[in-house]
Amino acid sequence: MAQFKLKINGQWREVDVDPATPLLWVLRDHLQMVGTKFGCGMAQCGACTVHLGKTATRSCVLPVSAVGDSPVTTIEGLSENGDHPLQKAWLEMDVPQCGYCQAGQIMSAAALLKSNPHPSDEEIDAAMMGNICRCGTYTRIKKAIKTAAAK
Amino acid sequence: MTKVKTTYNRRTFLKTTALAGGGMLLSFSWLAACAPSKQQVAQLPKNWFNLNGYLKIAENGQVTIQSPNPEIGQNVKTSMPMIVAEELDVDWKQVIVEQAPLNTDIFSRQIAGGSQSIRQSWKALRTAGATARQMLREAAAANWKVPVTEITTDKGILFHKNSGKSATYGEMAAAAAAIPVPKEVTLKDVKDFKIIGTSRKNVDGQKIVTGKPLFGLDYQREGMLIAMIVHPPAFGLTLKSIDDSEARKMPGIREVFSINTYPATMTRGAFDVDAFPEMAVIVGNSTWEVMQAKKALKVSWEPIKPYSFEMDGWRGKTTVNVPAGLESSETHSAKMAELAAQPGKVLRKDGDPDTAFKNAATIIERHYTAPFLAHNTMEPMNFFAHVTDEKAELVGPIQTPEFMEKSVAARLGLPLEKVDIQMTRMGGGFGRRLYGHFLVEAAVISQKIKAPVKLIYTREDDMTDGVYRPAYHVTYRAALDANKQLLAIHVRGGGVPDSPVHANRFPAGAIDNYLAEEWSVATNISTGAFRAPGSNFIASAEQSFLDEVAEAMGKDPIDMRLEMLQRAQSKPVGEKNDYDAARYAGVLKLVKEKAAWGSAKPGVHRGVSAYFCHNSYVANVLELHLKDGKPVVDKAYCAIDCGIVVNPDAAANMAEGSVVDAIGHALYSKLTLKEGVPEQTNFHEYRMIRHHEAPKNIEVHFVKSDVDPTGLGEPIYPPVFAALANALYKATGKRFYNQPFFPEY
Repeated sequence: MAQFKLKINGQWREVDVDPATPLLWVLRDHLQMVGTKFGCGMAQCGACTVHLGKTATRSCVLPVSAVGDSPVTTIEGLSENGDHPLQKAWLEMDVPQCGYCQAGQIMSAAALLKSNPHPSDEEIDAAMMGNICRCGTYTRIKKAIKTAAAK
Repeated sequence: MTKVKTTYNRRTFLKTTALAGGGMLLSFSWLAACAPSKQQVAQLPKNWFNLNGYLKIAENGQVTIQSPNPEIGQNVKTSMPMIVAEELDVDWKQVIVEQAPLNTDIFSRQIAGGSQSIRQSWKALRTAGATARQMLREAAAANWKVPVTEITTDKGILFHKNSGKSATYGEMAAAAAAIPVPKEVTLKDVKDFKIIGTSRKNVDGQKIVTGKPLFGLDYQREGMLIAMIVHPPAFGLTLKSIDDSEARKMPGIREVFSINTYPATMTRGAFDVDAFPEMAVIVGNSTWEVMQAKKALKVSWEPIKPYSFEMDGWRGKTTVNVPAGLESSETHSAKMAELAAQPGKVLRKDGDPDTAFKNAATIIERHYTAPFLAHNTMEPMNFFAHVTDEKAELVGPIQTPEFMEKSVAARLGLPLEKVDIQMTRMGGGFGRRLYGHFLVEAAVISQKIKAPVKLIYTREDDMTDGVYRPAYHVTYRAALDANKQLLAIHVRGGGVPDSPVHANRFPAGAIDNYLAEEWSVATNISTGAFRAPGSNFIASAEQSFLDEVAEAMGKDPIDMRLEMLQRAQSKPVGEKNDYDAARYAGVLKLVKEKAAWGSAKPGVHRGVSAYFCHNSYVANVLELHLKDGKPVVDKAYCAIDCGIVVNPDAAANMAEGSVVDAIGHALYSKLTLKEGVPEQTNFHEYRMIRHHEAPKNIEVHFVKSDVDPTGLGEPIYPPVFAALANALYKATGKRFYNQPFFPEY
C-alpha cells in the first residue's frame, strides 16, 4: 500500500492503495467515480478512457503510481454541467443504445478534438478505432463528432 | 376511433387512487394486450391480477409514467411511456419516466427478449393512457356541469369550447381520482397521433453522457465486498480441488472457497443454462486485489462424467443429458458434415420433392456454416447480492428477473416472496443476460459469506464462460428443370446443439415441392439465444442460396423473390406458412426503390436480402468496394415493416446498429474451441467490428403502416449477413459459404 495524491477533475484526491492498482479501479472502487467503465482490462476496448493531461488514456492498464502530477479528467469532469459540445452533440444525435461504452467514446473524441478541432473521417476513424461499441452506434458517433467539431 | 373495454380480458385491471398532495394515481396491468400461447397461460403467475405499472398526475400537471420492462439498449424506457402519453394526450415535456421497481411478485413478463416489449404491451399502454384521460374529462364535465362529450383535450389541458372553460390535468387530477374507472374507453385514431411516430430522445441520455451510475457494475453498497470466480479452463472439466495457500495471504483477500451453483438434485429453470456449476470463488475488499489473488489461486480440474439434470423449461419438465469429453471446433465441423449427409428428422414436406429432384435438369447444392459466437456485451456479467436468513436482495443487469427469482428461491431454499431482484440498466444483452447463472452465483456467495457482495466477471471469465450462439451447418438444394424453372427446394440443417431450421417460413409456401429436415449434435458447451436466435444464421444461408438460384434461373434476385412471394400470396402451398407474403414483398419493393436497384454504379458492388422473423419484415441492400482485396461496406439500405413505428429516430438507431453488428459477425467474429478450451479470451483475440469498418451511411426506411407495432431488436439483424455475402460475390466472383468470411482480417 502507498499514498497517492491525484489531481482528478481539478480536485486533489488522496488514496492509499497498491501502487500497481490501475487508475480505473482507483476511480471506481476507491473514489466511487463509476462513470469510467470496465470493459476488457487490457486496453482493447476503450470503455475506460480518461484524459491524462490532454491525452486519451486507457485507465485499466495505467498503474496509479504512473499518474504522478498529471491532471486526470474523467467523464464526470469533462464539463461542469454536462454541456461539453460533444455531450450536446451526443444528445442531439441520440447516439446511445445500451450506453455502456459511450463515456469512453466521448473521452476519446474529446481528446481528438482538443488536438485536432476539425478532423477528417479518416482522422476520426484513427482516433476512435480503439473504442468498441457492441450496439454498433459507430455511424452516429462519427456524425456527433462532426457536429461538435462544426460548432 | 376504437372503443376498448378496460376489462376486455381477465388480465386487465385498473385502479385509481387519490394522491396525498392532490393529484391522481392510475395503476394498471401492462399485460392487458398479451396474447400468450396456451403454454404460457398454463404458467400464469399466482399474482396475475396485481397491478404492475402506473401513471401519476401531480397537481402541477407533471406526469410520471413507470416503465416496467428491462432496458437493454432497445429504448423501451422511452418508447413505452410515449405510448401512454399519446393516449393521455399530454405534452411529452411534462412527462417524467421512472424505471418501475422490479418486483417479480407483482410484475409479469418483465423480460427483455424476443422483440416483444412493445408488441405485447401496445394495447395495455394505450388503454391506460386513454382511461386516465377519460376520467379527467369526466371530472371536468362534472365540475363544469356540461356533457362529457363536449370536453376536449390537448397537451395536458381540458377544454370546454362553448363555455370557454379550461383546466390543466393537474387541476382536475384530484377530482378525477374519485371517479370510478370507466368500463370502456376510446382509443385515438392512428391519424391523430401526436407523440407516437415522432422522434423523442432517450430519457436516460443525459445520465449516459455524463457518466452517472446506471449499470449493474456501477452499483455500490456500504460494506460491499467484491467476488470473482475461477471457472474451469475447458468445457468438459470440473473442479477437483483448490490450493488457496498463496491467494489467501494476499492483501485484501477475505475468503476463498468453492461453490456449486446448480446441485444435480436441483430442478433448473428455463434460463438456468450453465456449463460450470462448480467453481472457485475469491472474495476480497477491492476489485484489483481480488484480480491479483485470482492469478495466484491454484485450482485442480478433472474431467466431468456424463451427467443429467431436470429442467423445467418451455416444453415442460425435461431431462437434460450432458456428455463428457473435451470438444473441439474441428471435430464439431466434421460431425456436422457427417450428419448433413444423412437424412434428418422431417419437419415439413410439400408435394413430391423426391421426384422433382429425380427429374431435375440441374441440381444446386450448397453448404453453409457458422461458428459459435460470444455475446460480448460491453458490460461483463455481474450482480450484487445480499442474502440474509430473512431475505435475498439482488441488484443488477438481467433480462429475465421473474425467472431468475424462482431459481434463486429454489437454490437458497427461501420462499419466493423473500427474493427481491432490482434491475439496473444493462450494458448490452443480445440474449446473454437471459441466462442468469451469475445472479444465482452472487446469491450463493453472499449466503456463504453472510455479507453484501458484488460478483464481477473479468472479460476473460465472460468470454470463456459459454452460453454461446450455437455453431451451425445447413444444406440447401434446389431442383431446376431444363427451362431453368424452379421445381423444388430442400433444406436440411442442424447445429451444436440446436437446429436453425424454421420449416414454415419462406420459401415454404412459395414452392410446390419442398422438404425441410433437421438434426442436432449433443455437446457439453453451453449455448443460448443470440440476437434473433436461429434466424441470424438460417437467414444468411437461405438468402445467399436464393441469390445463387436466381442467378441460375437467369433472374434478377429481387424479381425472383417477388415472383415467389406473389405465388405464396395468390396460391400458397400448405396452410402453416407463418408469414404475410404481401408485407414481405412490401419491404423488398421499398428497398428496391430506395436503393435504386438496377442502376449500376461503377466500382460499387451490391447485394440484396430479405427476411421475416420476430413478427417484422426487413430487406437490405448493401454496397461495398474492395480495398486491397478486403471489403469496405460503404452504404446500407434497410427497409422495415414493423407496423406503426413508435419512436422513428430511435428505431433507426437500432437498425443502424444492427447493420454494423451483422457486418462484424459476418466478416470477422468467431469463438473456436480446442480440447474444450475457448481459443479467444479477450478482444485482442476475438475480432469485433470497429469504427473504421462501419458503413459511413446507413439509410433506414419504414413502411408506412397502421398495423399494430411489432418487434425491432432482432428482426433487423438476420438479413444483413446475406446482403453482404451477395455483394461480396459481385465484388469477387466468389460465393461466401462459411462464416466468418474474413477470419484472418
